[in-house]
Amino acid sequence: MSKLHLYLLAGLLVLAGASATAYKVLVLGFPLSPNQRSEIWRVELQLAFDADGGPAKVLLAVPSQTGQVSVMDQGFAARGYGVTTERTRLNERAVFSLADAQGRQYLYYRVVVDLSKPPPAEPQPAPTSQAPRFTPDELLVAHSLVDSARAKAADARTLADVIVERLKAAKPGDEASYLLGRDPMRSQARVPVVAVNLLRLAGVPAEVVNGVLLKPERRNARFVHWLEIYDEDHWTPVYTSEGLANAGPYLLPWWRGPALVAHVQGGKHLTTDMTVSRSLEFSTRVAVARQRALEHRLIEFSLFGLPLQAQLLFRTLLAVPLGAFVLVVLRNVVGFKTFGTFMPVLIALAFRQTGLTAGIVFFTIVLSFGLVVRFYFEHLKLLLVPRLAAILIVVVMVIAALSVVSHRLGVDVGLSLGLFPIVILTMTIERMTIAWEERGPRDALQQAGGSLAVAAVCYLLIQHTLIRHLLFVFPELLLIVLAATLLLGRYTGYRLVELRRFRVLAK
Amino acid sequence: MMNPFALARALRSRGVLGLNARNGEFMLPWNPRRFYPLVDDKVLTKTLAREHGVSVPEVYAIIEIPRQIRELKSKVAAQEEFVVKPARGSGGEGIVVVTGRGPDGYRKIDGSSISEHELEFHISNILAGIFSLGGTPDKALVEYRVNFDPVFDAVTYRGVPDVRVIVFLGVPVMAMVRLPTRKSGGRANLHQGALGTGVDMATGKTLSAVLRTGIVDLHPDTGVPVAGIQIPHWQTMLEIASRSYELTGLGYQGIDIVLDRKLGPMVLELNARPGLAIQMANRSGLRARLEAVLRDRASLDSPAARIAYARERFAAKPS
Repeated sequence: MSKLHLYLLAGLLVLAGASATAYKVLVLGFPLSPNQRSEIWRVELQLAFDADGGPAKVLLAVPSQTGQVSVMDQGFAARGYGVTTERTRLNERAVFSLADAQGRQYLYYRVVVDLSKPPPAEPQPAPTSQAPRFTPDELLVAHSLVDSARAKAADARTLADVIVERLKAAKPGDEASYLLGRDPMRSQARVPVVAVNLLRLAGVPAEVVNGVLLKPERRNARFVHWLEIYDEDHWTPVYTSEGLANAGPYLLPWWRGPALVAHVQGGKHLTTDMTVSRSLEFSTRVAVARQRALEHRLIEFSLFGLPLQAQLLFRTLLAVPLGAFVLVVLRNVVGFKTFGTFMPVLIALAFRQTGLTAGIVFFTIVLSFGLVVRFYFEHLKLLLVPRLAAILIVVVMVIAALSVVSHRLGVDVGLSLGLFPIVILTMTIERMTIAWEERGPRDALQQAGGSLAVAAVCYLLIQHTLIRHLLFVFPELLLIVLAATLLLGRYTGYRLVELRRFRVLAK
Repeated sequence: MMNPFALARALRSRGVLGLNARNGEFMLPWNPRRFYPLVDDKVLTKTLAREHGVSVPEVYAIIEIPRQIRELKSKVAAQEEFVVKPARGSGGEGIVVVTGRGPDGYRKIDGSSISEHELEFHISNILAGIFSLGGTPDKALVEYRVNFDPVFDAVTYRGVPDVRVIVFLGVPVMAMVRLPTRKSGGRANLHQGALGTGVDMATGKTLSAVLRTGIVDLHPDTGVPVAGIQIPHWQTMLEIASRSYELTGLGYQGIDIVLDRKLGPMVLELNARPGLAIQMANRSGLRARLEAVLRDRASLDSPAARIAYARERFAAKPS
């Protein structure tokens, strides 16, 4: 009776999941595989500032008229703010304004660009001769630098290259570093600005260009800077680093000029946070190519409607149920022994920050060290809660030490260790000690190994591109995972390891 | 190794019970969760057992709060020997066996001495939950020290031998004698390396034994054959076992019985999640026996009928 109930429920879940997926694939044309050639990218910028408590205005440069790539869509979101766009001499910009702003203010800007489409031809801004900005002292140095560069250059283009190289190779005390400023941390960032001024001094129209690298997808993206010169009737980019020169179409120019991306009036402490991702939503929309209201709403009410930050999080989060399912299979069908029910899944999540090999190595080191300390604590006869707290403290110290050591050794992976789940490690150490004492080292090591193996399998699954893509685009697949998990809940057959354990009884 | 599917079929046909089946088909349907505290807490188990006239080691004191620790000395003043154990302990953890008084306090069973202060500290650790399931605060039990019947002396390396009987719906379905070894450190748990011998349900005589996953005939430390030992008071043990279902309401449970030299069989503890190695000790599958009980349970209405059923149906087959 109850078994029939379960089968019916599972059948319904599978049917619902499969049909929703089929509808999305066949009718709406959602992509089944993470299409690597989809060249639609989405950049989201969050601006935040503390309002002074009165009228507030934010001027934000937007990348609509910068030329090389075509902007498909852009959107503004700011509670209560009026938004207008206006054109300045060099840029397009959005103006957010509010009559009375109180407290911390958040503004969002989103732009979607299509790299596969050639940009519409647009008139290039004519060069205007602008005076270079140098102090009288700097002007002297600048002249000498330009003269020596001219001697090596045949035309405007090579002159720009020579000047950029010269600035990049600046050594403390020489002419270039005098112009770039004393602060060695900031001097490389100033190369485009100084190069523009030098070129203008040499009579070549030039401008700073600011933009963003689209590849790879990431959070906390930063703006990059290079320059453009006007030569033979059109603007040519001059890149200040290898990375930018090789980026090709993945470099999105945003605004021109030495100013910052945004300015606030009537507020302070302006911060920006930028996220870059390949947009599945728009590739889907392009594939469908007919935007009826229903489909539009389906997309709006799917995970694609979430802010980008949340989308990236969900791409991982949605793969976790699959990890839990695998855990069920490995425990109840294969018979792996693990510490705690879901500890391996949590460890797998932690591996995301470190990578698999480094994760296993660090996990093993922290665990072994923790065990040694825990066995020592055993002699002190500590009560439970203080004992756990003491292990936690040791775990944090070991992680800190490991981070420092691995950084010294040049293994940057150690830096991401800070987010390693210290509480889980602590509980694992405690559980492993108890298992060691009660069931012997063999059992304890078996359980530790089992936990690690399960964690590794879960990690490989939740990091798999295709799986992440499928579960994110078709979250209804989780219904099928749920159905399979429910069915396994009634699996009362032998576990694989039991076949070995009881094999003498088969004779 | 054999083809896993063929192996699974062979085990299935021999009626071998796996962990998933034990949990899903016998524990979940027959062991209501509300009865678990009765077996997890030894104080509750003892009270119940005494109410039902089942013999258990006498309790000298139950220490529930730290203030009571100081009363220990007066409570055990009349006793030369006693045992201190956590009420919710598992795997024999946290048990101290005192066999006499020494120059600076008490003398433990291994001959070493433990001062009054050390024993009090040990009890405060028990109260804090160091040895309890899940680390929750616990009670300490001070009770009679069982004087073991010498019947298993030749096949025991120190420690406490006991008889584990699996009881399903009041029918004793399978039993084994758990014999401590040097490896198990005197403890009677099979996963700690203790030896388990099967028992012929009809006669109460021991059969061959399981050590880890292999089958053995001799005790690994004493070298004495383990088969063919008659368990004294076998009929009484079956009676205790057959009444344990009414005691706890748990359909599927394991009951651990010790043999006292003078007082006979006594229940040491009950277990709601008994392990499966008992099948190897008996070279027989539990599932076949459990299913037989399920089939015939309508006719098994009295303890006497259940015992007769067990003796007849679960007798060892001559091999």
